[in-house]
Amino acid sequence: MPDRKFLVTFSPHDRNPETTDKVMLTVIIAMLPIIANSVWYYGFYAIKGYVLTSLFCIGFELLFNKISGRPCSLKDNSALLTGLLLAMNMPAAAPWWIMLVGSFVAIIISKQVYGGLGQNPFNPALVARIFLLIAWPVEMTAWIQPTPIIRGFLFDTVSSATPLGTMKSDLLAKGHVVTANLASYTDQLIGNVSGCMGGDGAIFVLIGGLFMMNRKVISWHIPVSFIGSLFLFTGIVWAVNPARTVDPFMHIISGGVMLAAFFMATDYVTSPVIKRAQIVFGIGCGLITGIIRIYGSYPEGTGFAILIMNAFVPLLDKYMRPLSFGEVKK
Amino acid sequence: MPFFGFKGGVHPDYNKSLTMEKPVETLPVKPGDKYYLPLSQHIGAPAKPVVSKNQQVKTGELIAEAGGFISACLHSPVNGKVVSISHVVHPMAGRMEGIVIEADETNDEFVPISDEGTFQQIVQRAGITGMGGATFPTHVKLSPPKEVDSLLINGAECEPYLTCDHRMMLEETMKIIKGAVLIKEKLRIKNLIIAIEKNKPDAIKLFRKYEKEYGFELVPLYVKYPQGGEKQLIKACLNRVVPEGKLPVEVGVIVHNVGTAAAVYEAYTERKPLYERIVTVTGAVVNPKNLRVRVGTPILTLVEACGGFVGIPKKMVMGGPMMGMAVTSVETPVMKGTSGIVVYREEDMPNLTKYPCIRCGRCVDACPMLLVPSIMDRFVKKEMYEALEEHHVLNCIECGCCSYVCPSRRTLVGGFKTSKRHIMQMIKERGAKNA
Ligand code: SF4
Ligand code: SF4
Repeated sequence: MPDRKFLVTFSPHDRNPETTDKVMLTVIIAMLPIIANSVWYYGFYAIKGYVLTSLFCIGFELLFNKISGRPCSLKDNSALLTGLLLAMNMPAAAPWWIMLVGSFVAIIISKQVYGGLGQNPFNPALVARIFLLIAWPVEMTAWIQPTPIIRGFLFDTVSSATPLGTMKSDLLAKGHVVTANLASYTDQLIGNVSGCMGGDGAIFVLIGGLFMMNRKVISWHIPVSFIGSLFLFTGIVWAVNPARTVDPFMHIISGGVMLAAFFMATDYVTSPVIKRAQIVFGIGCGLITGIIRIYGSYPEGTGFAILIMNAFVPLLDKYMRPLSFGEVKK
Repeated sequence: MPFFGFKGGVHPDYNKSLTMEKPVETLPVKPGDKYYLPLSQHIGAPAKPVVSKNQQVKTGELIAEAGGFISACLHSPVNGKVVSISHVVHPMAGRMEGIVIEADETNDEFVPISDEGTFQQIVQRAGITGMGGATFPTHVKLSPPKEVDSLLINGAECEPYLTCDHRMMLEETMKIIKGAVLIKEKLRIKNLIIAIEKNKPDAIKLFRKYEKEYGFELVPLYVKYPQGGEKQLIKACLNRVVPEGKLPVEVGVIVHNVGTAAAVYEAYTERKPLYERIVTVTGAVVNPKNLRVRVGTPILTLVEACGGFVGIPKKMVMGGPMMGMAVTSVETPVMKGTSGIVVYREEDMPNLTKYPCIRCGRCVDACPMLLVPSIMDRFVKKEMYEALEEHHVLNCIECGCCSYVCPSRRTLVGGFKTSKRHIMQMIKERGAKNA
């Protein structure tokens, strides 16, 4: 009888069909409505942006694999995901070299040098965004007016302010928010406002987010605690003094909060693995965003908030570990 | 009808329909066939042989006696001759000490065990071990050091593919009930609960009929793996939590598998020792079946009785897909705890492409013991056993839920199993130093 022709592995011998590359692909699919929406409003700019950042990110990932002699890691789909996210966090009119630098910072500096997929403490796309924002503030805030694609590919770079930017400058200049200067809820929800390529159009982000929840790729914990705490916090400030800030609903549909809450704060690698720690993480993101927006000099705050909370993830996971089954509290 | 549930767990594909409807067939004994009997069929000390080479033995005759309190007797599964006492294939240890018997005549009779002594002694003499896979010697469990108020009979059978318990519940209902009642009465236990997963409605219906008459309580269980884990079962049926590192007795419960209850009945009333059991043979075999086979029968014989392999077998698992052992040889014999043989072809095997841990938290959500497998796995890789101990790795029941859900195919349980051994050793040494 021929022995040893059978494969021996540890149990279990059956696995859930979900694999890491498929999970990443699901997130990419969930981004399609957002991508479509930005192409609708920014036409050629958006297409160029998504294509360039994706190619740059994939290129840097490959390059690093080659240099470090590691096997190709493209098949996990995470580089593509980072590329798309990075584009969403940039103004449509950002020049190509900004995208190149951003992709370098995202893939090489904030992911690969830490050891690649799963090892980075901070969300790569966000590190890149914040880096660019600090290094090239002018290019990173060169917002263009959204123009539906049916009016043709427009190439005019009419600079215009984001709604939250307008709010902040009104507040600084006049001491109170001028509601009349703000975009309507509808425009904000469908993304017909200036801003990052994928940051506005709350409805489309929500569609993607619900899709991910439905596919069990993400859970409600981070988005709900993030959005909920921002809503509550800004709501309280607004209720006390409506001239101080916009209403809480406006807060949660503008400035990329939805994108941040569903697509960036939920990044597996840089968020807690324990559910109740995720809630604390989400609340932290929401509160810091609110504090920056209302008391800081920067109008948005979601990116900073998530990066700050990323730093707390190891602590949250450590101290919020549930008691194991039957464990006696000491 | 109480139901309290537990956190975590997974819902694998059950694949039970292959054999669910198939009545148990008895695999005949053929003269000339060899039976391989490892001396360690159970947790605890191996048994000690009491026969010698070339000795003629009868079915049910004692061939090795318990090597201590936590050990079990071994009986000849057939009439035949002891052809060797040396090494036989063992699913866990590779090869180990064992007795080989060659059958010479077919006969359904057996040598009855003596009925002297206490209930526990009779059970011990019959060589009964847990039939659900953990193979703890049954008489030990029947000698609780503490007062027990509840006896739980485990008919969950939550492992995918396996249907041997299900068939037994349908075909040997009375043996199970009477065995359970017997244990209850002998140990003066107040409550008797029989728990069955809801995906066996026919079994539930059948047991319902006898609920009043025999004074037990039937608890239909939510279908979720590892519902049949002792600690999960106790939580689900009685809402009691077994403290970490303790046995069910600690909370006044003992748990026995349905097959064990039936074996206890057979031992006590029919004086039959444990030398055969029901095994589900399934997966890539021509005609999957539930077979009643003698302990010691090589897997190949079982597969042949099912019409042989379909395609090229790539992996053979003894037990279920979640906790079973992959065996290397078709010579591996059926043991007292062998509930199933699952054959996989290359194409039946899951995609095992490994990725780094992406910290998705799926393993954390799936762990029924509320551990943090992803973080523990990092300590495994770095051999940080102290940190693992602090993360309660010893509480891991090795159910495999974490590995099952991991999209990056980390070998989580594998690492925990190995680490647990290291840590036990560490604790022992610590104890020795302090003593
Ligand atoms: S399931 Fe796998 S990839 Fe996800 S956190 Fe656990 S070990 Fe990491
Ligand atoms: S094998 Fe251990 S760590 Fe993994 S899910 Fe089961 S109990 Fe938890």
